[in-house]
Amino acid sequence: MAMDLSKATFWGYKRENGRVGVRNHVLVLPVDDISNAAAEAVASNIKGAMALPHPYGRLQFGADLDLHFRTLIGTGANPNVAAVVVICIEESWAKKVADGIAATGKPVSYFGIEQHGDHDTIMRASKAARQYVQWASELRREERPLKELWVSTKCGESDTTSGCGANPTVGNAFDKLYPHGVTLLFGETTELTGGEHLVAARCRNDAVRKKFQLMFDRYQEVVERHKTSDLMDSQPTKGNIEGGLTTIEEKALGNIQKIGRKCMVDGVLDKAEAPTGPGLWFMDSSSAAAEMVTLCAAAGFAVHLFPTGQGNIIGNPILPVIKLSANPRTVRTMSEHLDVDVSGLLRKELTPDQAGDKLLECMFRTANGRLTAAEALGHREFVLTRLYESA
Amino acid sequence: MIHFVVHEEGDGVGVVVVEGVKAGQELAGWIMEDDKDVKVKAQSDIPIGHKVALRDYRPGDTVIKYGVDIGKVVAPIKKGEHLHVHNVKTKRW
Repeated sequence: MAMDLSKATFWGYKRENGRVGVRNHVLVLPVDDISNAAAEAVASNIKGAMALPHPYGRLQFGADLDLHFRTLIGTGANPNVAAVVVICIEESWAKKVADGIAATGKPVSYFGIEQHGDHDTIMRASKAARQYVQWASELRREERPLKELWVSTKCGESDTTSGCGANPTVGNAFDKLYPHGVTLLFGETTELTGGEHLVAARCRNDAVRKKFQLMFDRYQEVVERHKTSDLMDSQPTKGNIEGGLTTIEEKALGNIQKIGRKCMVDGVLDKAEAPTGPGLWFMDSSSAAAEMVTLCAAAGFAVHLFPTGQGNIIGNPILPVIKLSANPRTVRTMSEHLDVDVSGLLRKELTPDQAGDKLLECMFRTANGRLTAAEALGHREFVLTRLYESA
Repeated sequence: MIHFVVHEEGDGVGVVVVEGVKAGQELAGWIMEDDKDVKVKAQSDIPIGHKVALRDYRPGDTVIKYGVDIGKVVAPIKKGEHLHVHNVKTKRW
């Protein structure tokens, strides 16, 4: 019998803005590449503080710069984060990111390095981080209704078992979560190629469909403009091909299994944009795992379901990434990376309903505090999406 | 023992879900959507996750999986043979 979710709850941290997180991180967030060293020094000084180093933030402009700020602010604003220390070479930009995060009501401090140098900045920022870590350590989880959990999905190192095992398991879970008012997200724009008509047909209304089609067509133009071949080895990837996937169409049709059979696409989002209500949302996004999951975190999602075939090992610093696989070889050879084994689906030992329940059970345990395999292994891939060259 | 699965009736390929399939082996398949059994004799060694052709194909034919077009055939394929990047290509890009 399928799991009854009508009264389901989870234990999370209710934040100042009403959102509920399932982790309690204190972040040290560099706005640019040259502030990484100071941010990492602060995280090294203060136990329980986590730096998110990255290679960007200098001389970006236009939509690319907007996305940079939106992603950093969204990451800090995510309910899995209790408090944030922002560091930037220029104080005014540190303030810009801090102000964006502070709109949630959570504690934020910002520090500029210019006119101070690393030593003084590290000292000042460490003092703030120390206070936040101690304050956050006294926050307690409370029991919250399922609908307050935001769940995203993206698959990686897919193979043919993804399309018949792990991805439909996520789809089964999404179909069960959807009627309970959970906020759900999928994306991977180019990885719908060959199945885009199926997604379009699932859009709630013509306005949503039009917006989806516009984003899909725009991304196709990018591929057409820059391609030097049929993208073989890039999309599908070497790993996909090794796993038996032959064309982008086949990969896409497997990918789409993740949105189940019943949920409708209720809205369409730009990269790192937060949804404004419950339902299933499509986010225009890269299909590269770490980029996409970073965007999910920046959009405010609290847990992530990540099906894999050949064995993608990704994690994220603030978003617990629950990995599942139906490939019996991957389950045997890469078990330390996997949270849920659904290989029984391909031996008729598990029904799709049972597999979906197994994943949901793991999702609740993860939301309640159990560390994912990726968290235990220290996978903290924080990868910002770039739209074009710097100025 | 299930050697390969097929998404739905009418699909022209099956996905091998066990390791070590060898040419000449009789393979038992399961059509998941319709919960039916199907058999095919492997004509190639086929790695786990890779596809077995469930019919003969000629260049220019379309391959159907999930009931949808997944690409075009570029070299002849016989029923039971390994169907992959050496004989099927995308119609996009």
